[in-house]
Amino acid sequence: MANILPKKIQESMDKQMDAAKLSDSKRKKVSERVFEKYFGMKVHPGECVGIISAESIGEPGTQMTLNTFHFAGVAEMNVTVGLPRLIEILDGRKEISTPTMEIYLIAPYNSGKDIKKIANEIKEVKMKELISEISINIANSSLDVVLDAETLAELEINAKYIVKVLEKRLHGSFKCDTDGEKVITIKLGDKAKDLKQLYRLKESLKAVYVRGVKGISQVLPIKKGEEFIIVTAGSNLKMVLKKEYVDQVRTTTNDIFQIEEVFGIEAARSAIINEAYKVIQEQGLNVDIRHLMLVADTMCVNGKVKGITRYGIIREKTSVLARASFETPLRHIFNAAKQGEEDVLNSVVENVMINQPVPIGTGLPGLITKVK
Amino acid sequence: MTDVLLNGRFMGTVTNPTQFIEKIIAERRKGTVSRNVSVHYDPRIDEVFVESMSGRLRRPLIVVKDGKPLLTDKHLEQVEAGKLSWNELVEQGIIEYLDAAEEENALVSFFKEEITPETTHLAIHPIDMFGIITALVPYSNFSTTQKVNTGSKNQKQALGFYAANFLIRMDMDVNLIHTPQRPIVKTIMHDFMDYDSHPSGQNLIVAVMSYKGYNMEDAIVINGGSIERGMGRSSYYRPLIAEELRYSGGLLDEICVPDKDVRGYKTEEDYRMLEEDGIIYPEAVVREGEVVIGKTSPPRFLSNLGEYQLASTTRRESSEYLKHGEKGKVDIIVLTENEEGNKLVEVKIRDERIPEIGDKFTSRHGQKGVVGLIVPADDMPFSASGVSPDLIFSPMGIPSRMTVSHLIELLGGKTGALAGRYVDGTVFDAEVQADLRKELSSLGFRENGTETLYDGITGRQFQVQIFIGNMYYLKLKHMVANKIHARARGPIQLLTRQPTEGRAKGGGLRLGEMEKDTFIAHGASMLLKERFDSDDTVVPVCEKCGMVAIFDSYKNKRYCPVCGDDGKIEFVEMSYAFKLLLDELKALCIYPKLVLGDKY
Repeated sequence: MANILPKKIQESMDKQMDAAKLSDSKRKKVSERVFEKYFGMKVHPGECVGIISAESIGEPGTQMTLNTFHFAGVAEMNVTVGLPRLIEILDGRKEISTPTMEIYLIAPYNSGKDIKKIANEIKEVKMKELISEISINIANSSLDVVLDAETLAELEINAKYIVKVLEKRLHGSFKCDTDGEKVITIKLGDKAKDLKQLYRLKESLKAVYVRGVKGISQVLPIKKGEEFIIVTAGSNLKMVLKKEYVDQVRTTTNDIFQIEEVFGIEAARSAIINEAYKVIQEQGLNVDIRHLMLVADTMCVNGKVKGITRYGIIREKTSVLARASFETPLRHIFNAAKQGEEDVLNSVVENVMINQPVPIGTGLPGLITKVK
Repeated sequence: MTDVLLNGRFMGTVTNPTQFIEKIIAERRKGTVSRNVSVHYDPRIDEVFVESMSGRLRRPLIVVKDGKPLLTDKHLEQVEAGKLSWNELVEQGIIEYLDAAEEENALVSFFKEEITPETTHLAIHPIDMFGIITALVPYSNFSTTQKVNTGSKNQKQALGFYAANFLIRMDMDVNLIHTPQRPIVKTIMHDFMDYDSHPSGQNLIVAVMSYKGYNMEDAIVINGGSIERGMGRSSYYRPLIAEELRYSGGLLDEICVPDKDVRGYKTEEDYRMLEEDGIIYPEAVVREGEVVIGKTSPPRFLSNLGEYQLASTTRRESSEYLKHGEKGKVDIIVLTENEEGNKLVEVKIRDERIPEIGDKFTSRHGQKGVVGLIVPADDMPFSASGVSPDLIFSPMGIPSRMTVSHLIELLGGKTGALAGRYVDGTVFDAEVQADLRKELSSLGFRENGTETLYDGITGRQFQVQIFIGNMYYLKLKHMVANKIHARARGPIQLLTRQPTEGRAKGGGLRLGEMEKDTFIAHGASMLLKERFDSDDTVVPVCEKCGMVAIFDSYKNKRYCPVCGDDGKIEFVEMSYAFKLLLDELKALCIYPKLVLGDKY
């Protein structure tokens, strides 16, 4: 064993010894003790870290309360926590049930001034929210859209802007006009003077995207410590980070796949660890973070986030029997038979099945000399 | 307009539902409408329901009119004098039965003092909200609901006196307690149900203290002297039944001492208790494996009968014998015929059950526990007057469960035992604790029920006062003698060659999936293999084709059914379950080829 400690430990040890002004002989003694302690903590060869992690996460998991909802303060902003969330993370689900973001802002913006304005700018606004009434004028074959003045004022949008948006985003031939205040009149082009078209237009009108970041359905500015941050329902990391007032370093989301897309696999790994650890801590349970790190490592080892499912990391197993023993055994065996797969019986499950010593712990070492 | 439904069927409409209901109720009280009719109005859906069908749960209540209950002291006097009966009270409209739905329209007071102008009914006694058994829990209004509930459930499992003709009955799995006592602390329900004629517990002296850790985690410590004097002693009865069945072809079973040539003959010793008729004699002491009713059956398949074989050699042994762990004495024997005219023999076995470590006891407050230790009488703590407890109960069971009624019963039991009277512990109507304390102190004891005790082993005085008193304890039917089970070797299943499951079949204790994981987590690979060796087999495998081959032990020859004599056959050790998997794969037209190599 090389007598080398990790750099960080060595440095902090040296620093403390310098501060204490130790003699050389004492320094040697201290280093020996630290070295002994450090290597005593190391995992031994053949130690079954995977099962230990599984048991260490699984046992407290049985104590988790099912279907708990956590309200992040005000205004019906609920987030999935507890067992459902943990399953979501470990399964590597693409669509999570409650995506949310925590948007941090950079210096002048985070003081709370105009925070509501910034929040509203991020929120995705659709036409539907701005309309208080739509009436169909059959005679003119036009739509009279009455806007909700209050919402408009709150979001600081004026009718003229909406007209512009509609002309840009609404398909079809029509003419858009406004009285400048509340009412927008949409008149169909001469070509398509048809009641059906009018109805279709009415429906597509409601879904028109007006402003904000797509996917963010709710915003909630809250005070965290000294500064103001924005908590959202819905997540779109890529677009939010483009805003000039957003702190790109601290802003985060609970959608692991968005993090993977924007920052890469290492960030996704940390995200898995953080999210899973948060869930476990919220439940008042105590699981060593290194178990979660191991799980996150296995999920990310191929450079892509893969869940612990038969479509995810189980598919990556080389042993046919190991795959078959997890879920859908017949499918795995049939596919293996079609491809003429060979199982070299290298890992645990297969050896338990055929009743041979499992290659872990005392079953790991073999003889170097050939027995003949 | 409000719809009126009779038994769920639309009948018509009324304009004023309240008036309509009042009228029906008035008629019902008079008796012109059947007293079994219930009526109620649901304002949420604006419908009147009249119900007259069977199967509705109803309860009797005293009618209240203008803030005054109709049942007066005058009535009570008449009832007491025997001049007025319950049915007459119902007929006079003083008491009426409401079903669950009609209760929604009623406002019921529990006590006379609580009656307001809106009150429509008065409960006869608060105890009527409990079932019969739950009402047997004394002082239950001082405990949490859950514990009153478990207390009630526990009483149902208590050993008692289930039928006076038990001597001639043939019931399965019967337990009888030997010396049941009336509870000192009782409720009025005990009187109503004539509990005194069939009690199920015993009044024990209980000390609330620890005893060397043998009563931690709800265990109890029992005085060996009390057991010797008969405390908690019970009998267990189990019938063994044999029938002479008829089979096709005129064959039939025969109850007799089996011939030695019979297939499956046990040992001569096992049959020694049988008399000439093949049946054991009363009061015979039997142990496990010994035959109680000797019986032989015809062979399962007639084709098994060889031409020159004697009939007796082909018959099967099918006697009734005591299974693993059973013992007892023969109580009664019944010889009779069943409906089909077959000869039927029933033998009832009786076994005396003396409390042992692991037997379950409970008070009436859901404070159940198993015996953790039986202490010789001389080692039990004792008081200055020489009283030592029958049972030591751990105080740790009290705070988290909040069974205050348990403690009050202890106090009440002590007062009752010393004063020589019964104590009334009826829910919401019990003797007040303060009065009990006063009485206790007037009897010359400390009013809080504590006493100075001395260590039975050292003789030293305990530094604290011990809370000690009388309590009604019940022995529950879960006894170790019926549950104890262990196995080293034993029967295996035919298909998988793995051990059978369950105590009755002498099965193994399964080392399951999660237990397996713990072995792996410890790295105990060799131990794990050994634990899973229960279905270990050595299989000849053809190295050429990788399939299971054949070893002919007669000719001492190995050959492969596929490759013939060409293949090299090696013996491979594997679990039989895996061999079975290989067979199943072959049945699925998948070729599982075993590639052999050296292990080391």
